[in-house]
Amino acid sequence: MKRSPQNRFKCVFPAKSANESFARMIASAFVAQLDPRVDELADLKTAVSEAVTNVIVHAYAGTDIPPEERVVIMSGELREGRRIAVTVKDRGKGIEDVKKAREPLFTTSAAEERSGMGFTVMETFADTVKVASRPGKGTSVRLYKRFT
Amino acid sequence: MEHTIKSENGVMTVYLRGEMDHHNAARLREQIDAALTFENPAVLRLDLSEIAFCDSSGLGFIMGRYRRMESAGGSMILVNPSEPTMRILRLAGVDSIIRAEYTKGAAK
Repeated sequence: MKRSPQNRFKCVFPAKSANESFARMIASAFVAQLDPRVDELADLKTAVSEAVTNVIVHAYAGTDIPPEERVVIMSGELREGRRIAVTVKDRGKGIEDVKKAREPLFTTSAAEERSGMGFTVMETFADTVKVASRPGKGTSVRLYKRFT
Repeated sequence: MEHTIKSENGVMTVYLRGEMDHHNAARLREQIDAALTFENPAVLRLDLSEIAFCDSSGLGFIMGRYRRMESAGGSMILVNPSEPTMRILRLAGVDSIIRAEYTKGAAK
């Protein structure tokens, strides 16, 4: 049987770029209970920042979803063995081809100087990245990281 | 995020402080590009010693300015890039493309 997490959090905030730093603060505050090493904390903050930025840049762009429903749903779990899972979800348009979206340098908005490295950064700084997406329903990115 | 610009003899130095994420990079891009258009320097020096955070949006900002300088026949130098900046540059392999300079007394 799967053991329940030691603790968890969930929060919802508008998908606005000003909230990227807010998301990093939440991630920092959540892992503070593990007294993480500076580099491990930076890893998690960076991975979370990428996931949240993806929602803000892509999830609701070109949709008729009203502003008040354009949200980032962020949650986290602390599990046994100093393992953290952070989930960043949206209720946006979804990703047609997740495999392609995860390729390094893939970007749909080159004009805006997107580097196309978002998923690569997440995969580098988190231990495991799981992406689930349904076109028209939204996307969920789950970041797993074990702290020493 | 804050920045200070100093220009002298065709060299424009931009001192950046704070967190280089998508939100901040967007505004910074506008301001720096306006200054580049006005000054038209031969060399752009980006001082990254006080960048506390940098993700792929920060990388996009750095690459964008590098391309702009190169295509105008100029050059760009990163000055004292902080560790948060370097880890992203290394990940993208950009550390071997863009020149970095470590001034005396600055930690590498």
